[in-house]
Amino acid sequence: MAPPAQSQRSQSPSQPSGKSEVSDLKLQLRQLAGSRAPGVDDSKRELFKKVISYMTIGIDVSSLFGEMVMCSTTSDIVLKKMCYLYVGNYAKVNPDLALLTINFLQRDCHDQDPMIRGLALRSLCSLRVANLVEYLVGPLGSGLKDSNSYVRMVAVIGVLKLYHISASTCVDADFPSTLKHLMLNDSDTQVVANCLSSLQEIWSAEASTSEEASREREALISKPVIYYLLNRIKEFSEWAQCLVLELVTKYVPSESSEIFDIMNLLEDRLQHANGAVVLATVKVFLQLTLSMTDVHQQVYERIKAPLLTLVSSGSPEQSYAVLSHLHLLVMRAPYVFSSDYKHFYCQYNEPSYVKRLKLEMLTAVANESNTYEIVTELCEYAANVDIPIARESIRAVGKIALQQYDVNAIVDRLLQFLEMEKDYVTAEALVLVKDLLRKYPQWSHDCIAVVGNISSKNVQEPKAKAALIWMLGEYSQDMQDAPYILESLVENWDEEHSAEVRLHLLTAVMKCFFKRPPETQSALGAALAAGVADFHQDVHDRALFYYRILRYNVSVAERVVNPPKQAVSVFADTQSSEIKDRIFDEFNSLSVLYQKPSYMFTDKEHRGPLEFADELGNLSIGEAADNVVSSQRVEENDKDLLLTTAEKEETRAGHSQQASFGIDDLLGLGMPAVPNVPSPPQLKLNTKAALDPSTFQQKWRQLPIALSQELSLSPQAVAALTAPQALLRHMQSHSIHCIASGGQSPNFKFFFFAQKYEESSNYLVECIINTSSGKAQVKVKADDQSTSQAFSTLFESALSKFGTP
Amino acid sequence: MISQFFVLSQRGDNIVFRDYRSEVAKGSAEIFFRKVKFWKEDGQEEAPPVFNVDGVNYFHVKVVGLLFVATTRVNVSPSLVLELLQRIARVIKDYLGVLSEDSLRKNFVLVYELLDEVIDFGYVQTTSTEVLKSYVFNEPIVIDAARLQPLGPAAIFMQGTTKRMPGTAVTKSVVANEPGGRKREEIFVDIIEKISVTFSSSGIY
Repeated sequence: MAPPAQSQRSQSPSQPSGKSEVSDLKLQLRQLAGSRAPGVDDSKRELFKKVISYMTIGIDVSSLFGEMVMCSTTSDIVLKKMCYLYVGNYAKVNPDLALLTINFLQRDCHDQDPMIRGLALRSLCSLRVANLVEYLVGPLGSGLKDSNSYVRMVAVIGVLKLYHISASTCVDADFPSTLKHLMLNDSDTQVVANCLSSLQEIWSAEASTSEEASREREALISKPVIYYLLNRIKEFSEWAQCLVLELVTKYVPSESSEIFDIMNLLEDRLQHANGAVVLATVKVFLQLTLSMTDVHQQVYERIKAPLLTLVSSGSPEQSYAVLSHLHLLVMRAPYVFSSDYKHFYCQYNEPSYVKRLKLEMLTAVANESNTYEIVTELCEYAANVDIPIARESIRAVGKIALQQYDVNAIVDRLLQFLEMEKDYVTAEALVLVKDLLRKYPQWSHDCIAVVGNISSKNVQEPKAKAALIWMLGEYSQDMQDAPYILESLVENWDEEHSAEVRLHLLTAVMKCFFKRPPETQSALGAALAAGVADFHQDVHDRALFYYRILRYNVSVAERVVNPPKQAVSVFADTQSSEIKDRIFDEFNSLSVLYQKPSYMFTDKEHRGPLEFADELGNLSIGEAADNVVSSQRVEENDKDLLLTTAEKEETRAGHSQQASFGIDDLLGLGMPAVPNVPSPPQLKLNTKAALDPSTFQQKWRQLPIALSQELSLSPQAVAALTAPQALLRHMQSHSIHCIASGGQSPNFKFFFFAQKYEESSNYLVECIINTSSGKAQVKVKADDQSTSQAFSTLFESALSKFGTP
Repeated sequence: MISQFFVLSQRGDNIVFRDYRSEVAKGSAEIFFRKVKFWKEDGQEEAPPVFNVDGVNYFHVKVVGLLFVATTRVNVSPSLVLELLQRIARVIKDYLGVLSEDSLRKNFVLVYELLDEVIDFGYVQTTSTEVLKSYVFNEPIVIDAARLQPLGPAAIFMQGTTKRMPGTAVTKSVVANEPGGRKREEIFVDIIEKISVTFSSSGIY
């Protein structure tokens, strides 16, 4: 009977290398487990190292669990660490075996050496097995009270780990309040920082279910806590400083002297070597001074220097992060940085994503004084080896040209590009020249002279070709060869793959025809024929349209296709300012790098604890109030911003129950529930009253006037009465329906009717409103005279409620 | 708040892998490497240091040809993570003497120990080599760096002279972060001077 060890060893060598070696290790470990020989620790270390290395590579060594546990009874801390590393990795898979280790771990938690205590505690909490949870509470509790700061540090994070395994155990053991106490009283700053992180995470997770938790979370950003943390900030490690600063950005100071105090205290953080600390401080400064524009400006001046220093120090990755933030700031306030444009020049060895950012910043910063140099620099980049960057730089030159008024130097440069004879350069330059001509038609002469020399065969890219063709069509009267070039292009119709180019070709041939008919006629015929036979829907339709309109009337066709054009003043826009402001609110986070607000790239459950403000999808009214407050703090004289935020509020209100308070009602901001129909107890109106116009007219003529009153309207009501519909909807909610309305401001006339509840008694009202005087003249006619007074009171109260939020 | 930290070689091999929060799937290293190697979006040739795939944000820095990567699910400050990655690379270098794929593989236990002390459950505890010395007990196995020969005709003359500075110079880091705030403002600077000299046959230069 062969011993089992041998048979294992004789397994074929083609087995994955784990098996036999694992069983080898098993044997060796078992031998060493009980041994007390002096050199045993070293050999144990070697073995353990092997086990761990197999674990890292991915070989499954879980069968060694029992032996590892046996060997962990040692006083050598290195061995212990390795052992617990192994246990932590496999505990989830072997929960029963993990139970074996609990004894050792618990014993180690009371060891003399604080390192061992800390290590045991950390390993205990990393086991992540649900049924071992009750063993954690005791050691954690004593760990939190330990005299050594290392152990306390580990214990605090241990509480957080416990929370993630079993939230109820953690909360029942009242750990959060212990942590809070520790945070405010402990002497070791790392313990405090860990408490802060743990509490933020726990309370954010609890806040959705527990009132108390959300109150505690709010209490974190209260004055005493913030001041306590700020006073100790220099003692914290740099990473903890980032944490504290992030918290401070959420704090809203009650008076401006506080703001200045905080800023003075944090002033020296701007000189920290760690870019994260500097950026976090910058965020604090910017958030605090949002409402004070002149101080805000000074803040920009102050932060320029540290940020620019950070860009040039550190690794390319770090400078990229800082540069992205700088990019955001430059976009917000280009004039502040206009003198520092030299910092944004690209260096040859920078990666492309950095160069791209710098190009965007250069275009933003260009103004009258520095345009010349910036454009010179950009033109150098056009000759760059890196093709995408060369293209970007040419586009940048074009963008600057479109922004500025003084463009002759730029136009010269652009035209020089065209002579460079590199195809991608020519392509980009053509597109730009086209845009330039749309804005500054006065340069057409020079441009056309150069463009005309470009052979269309050199231009292959669709966009560039389309641009060239557009110019040919638009300025065909100036370009000698235009019809002939177009003709040759039409001959090559079938080789032209891009629909865009074909569309442009059709239009250009038409325009050319109107200017130089005899030369272009045959080309036109060929183009239309080819277009009508084309497969692409748009091309086909357009060709057919041109053909028909030409047959109908040539001069009409000319007016349609080739009207006198105005110079374009503004080109299409990019991101909405609302999104840009959200990104700015999330300064010093990934939103700036991705250029998207955080809700676009984080899953819902990972949005706490750094995100206190919720995103657009959430419709509770508390948020509406929150956002209104924060938008008021934004003192930018950018009416756009306030309007867009107001629109946001309106669409929210529109989404909630009452559709009646729609977009017209600007004052219906975040109104809560549907207002109750304020009918006086005596008189109830039928909400679904119906009356056809002829009956109304008949009754109106027959009935005498029951009441005639003059009411005055509140100013809000007057403001809200921009259009009759607003009042109609309001009155409808009070069961008073409108049968006719009209007039223009300041005079409006309304005819209302209402029916008594469960009776067929009608009330008719004629209401003439003069918004300039704020007066309404009301005539009430009723079937039932006795109740007319009650109705009129009702009407009056309904009218008075109009316009009030 | 870091979810995972790993170090990959140029070819994508996993040298070090640490999962702190079990929020991200285990295959993230694969996903990351594939993305970085074949980055063709936006016409850029290199992947930016930070990008997002399926709700997971990947941060990486390149140090001596190795990729130090961190993943996170939440919206953290990018400078914080990038700075952290650089710092971890420096701490490891301080301990091992030289940072290379080889030295990492030989000392992975020490590296794991360091990583456990530097980041706990995703939160950064400390990156100061001074402080870490008291927490970490493994001894580094120093790779002989003199094996890396400079190229060129003068190489054979430089064999004995590429000595690495031993001892305290290796373990003292430039940035001092003593607990309890800085008591003395001091920095440690290494000055390396290289002189190229041409001698004539008569010993005059």
